[in-house]
Amino acid sequence: MTPPLLEVRNLKKQFVAGRSLFGRATATVNAVDDVSLTVAQGETLALVGESGCGKSTVGRLVLRLIEPTAGSVTFAGRDLATMPRRELQAFRASAQLIFQDPYASLNPRMTIGETLSEPLMLHTALGTAERRDRLGELLDMVGLKPIHARRYPHEFSGGQRQRVAIARALAASPKLIVCDEPVSALDVSIRAQILNLLRDLQAKLGLALIFISHDLSVVKHVADRTAVMYLGRIVETAPTAQIFAEPRHPYTQALLSAIPIATPAARRDRRVLPGDPPSPIDPPAGCHLHTRCPHVAAICRTDVPPLATDADSHATACHRWRDIGADGFRIAVEQPFSPTLRRLVDAFRPTT
Amino acid sequence: MTALETPHSEIDDTSDTPTRRAWRRLRRRKSAMLGLVIVAALVAVALLAPWIAPFDPAKQSYTMVRKAPSALNWFGTDESGRDLFSRVVFGARASLLAGLVSIAIALGLGMPIGLLSAYRGGWTDTIVSRITDAMLAVPFLILAIALAAFLGPSLSNAMIAIGVTSMPIFIRLTRGQVMAVKVEDYVEAARAVGNPAYRIAFRHILPNIMPALLVQATLSIAMAIIAEASLSFLGLGQQPPAPSWGSMLNSAQRFLTQAPWMAIYPGLAIFLTVLSFNLLGDGLRDALDPKER
Repeated sequence: MTPPLLEVRNLKKQFVAGRSLFGRATATVNAVDDVSLTVAQGETLALVGESGCGKSTVGRLVLRLIEPTAGSVTFAGRDLATMPRRELQAFRASAQLIFQDPYASLNPRMTIGETLSEPLMLHTALGTAERRDRLGELLDMVGLKPIHARRYPHEFSGGQRQRVAIARALAASPKLIVCDEPVSALDVSIRAQILNLLRDLQAKLGLALIFISHDLSVVKHVADRTAVMYLGRIVETAPTAQIFAEPRHPYTQALLSAIPIATPAARRDRRVLPGDPPSPIDPPAGCHLHTRCPHVAAICRTDVPPLATDADSHATACHRWRDIGADGFRIAVEQPFSPTLRRLVDAFRPTT
Repeated sequence: MTALETPHSEIDDTSDTPTRRAWRRLRRRKSAMLGLVIVAALVAVALLAPWIAPFDPAKQSYTMVRKAPSALNWFGTDESGRDLFSRVVFGARASLLAGLVSIAIALGLGMPIGLLSAYRGGWTDTIVSRITDAMLAVPFLILAIALAAFLGPSLSNAMIAIGVTSMPIFIRLTRGQVMAVKVEDYVEAARAVGNPAYRIAFRHILPNIMPALLVQATLSIAMAIIAEASLSFLGLGQQPPAPSWGSMLNSAQRFLTQAPWMAIYPGLAIFLTVLSFNLLGDGLRDALDPKER
């Protein structure tokens, strides 16, 4: 078996939340707490969870845009943490980032052409004419015209800007792209276009994607595997189809039951967790979810559940998932009419 | 209507640059354009002074002492019989030069220091910020006077003194702006693309904080002109017999009742110059406001 493109081991990141008068840290936030994951070449891994669970921080750490507190990130067999500055510069060509807000991620004082030429200038030995060709090629790849290279970001719509951002990420021919909520700032009508574009490009170029999102209905369509995060930890990871069919962790179950279904009469099992997520400055001991979990047991309050992987590569960090089971949990139970309504409808149906 | 005349706007390849858009907004503001026109006129007067002034501004005449404004001497004459109109025209040179040079010094020193301070953070930032605070705690003119007196009386020393004294404003402004822009997504994107630090600073951050610095510089020029006049009034700026609006006011104060024109015309010149720079600065601030994009 070939080694994975990206391997993250026991990654931790603490942010300083408060300082004393003399600059000593008095409070820290464990934004990312012991996260391990792997991404194979050409694979899409989705990181899901609510705001503040650390999913974006994982994305930044993987690209070494911020320094981890502990743990290692290995990209194509090379450890990023010990990589000298020169090689890090070269690594930047092979791993890229797409942001959530296309209105903020493009420099307003640079033309689209200048923005897209930058990675080419930094990472390739192309001459001016070749660069122009590549520029046209990139714009064409994301469905824009060469003429657009001379325009400024403010002349584009949100969807077009996100296309430019994708083109920038592709410019230096990366192997991995971290997509940080790439469609959540876009109109629903544009979303599908951008998602399809990403999927087509991935298939064409053999890219690996880390797809960060809070929107499970989007994840369902793009990801091969899904990792669910809660308060800095991964609580469940499995092939996407399996997570949706058989969620094991109580948090995942609650998350899935919150997806709206476009059938008004559909009946389903709503699992609402009481309360809000606790403060990450002082997270609860043991399982982070124990303050809100309906299945809490004594062990949950003291011991951190390990992320145990079973035979079909479904990993769950819950002491009690075998007891809870996924039985009775269905995402959508198609039941268009209640029995009473059924009778009413039947009564008005013309008899033959 | 323009859209109807050119239905093929997509083929139109003239791009609307941020600068051009700001200029278009500036042109819509009457007060700003008035300021710009007066500033341009003043610059022209300063440059063409030898051709505009009817007399030598330093030529004395004891038969013409303190004459009221007349067809010959439009603004009257001073206590040495020098033509006031010529002196006001030549005085524009000292005032505009002092305004431009001292703010160039302030910007040239303040911007890199502010950039470095915000970019490096930590101890560098703490030290720079505390020194800036200390300088801002001292009244602007007092500090300028102290510095000018220390350097010795001359126009160039006055400009250095005013420049150094105005520097903290630019350090503060640059630092604040860089801190705000540094966390923008496009700067992080520039890092993710692999830009080295200097390229991020000069290519991505600097152009985006320039509008704020430009507005501050324009408003500071007005302040520097007043400061130069004040220093010259105190004898620390332009040295006699070369004319400066400030030193003209100084010599006029002894004759305020007998020859008020000696004070009125240089005073009006200062007023007009400062007003036009302020109008221009305010207009620029509105035109460059990112919220209007």
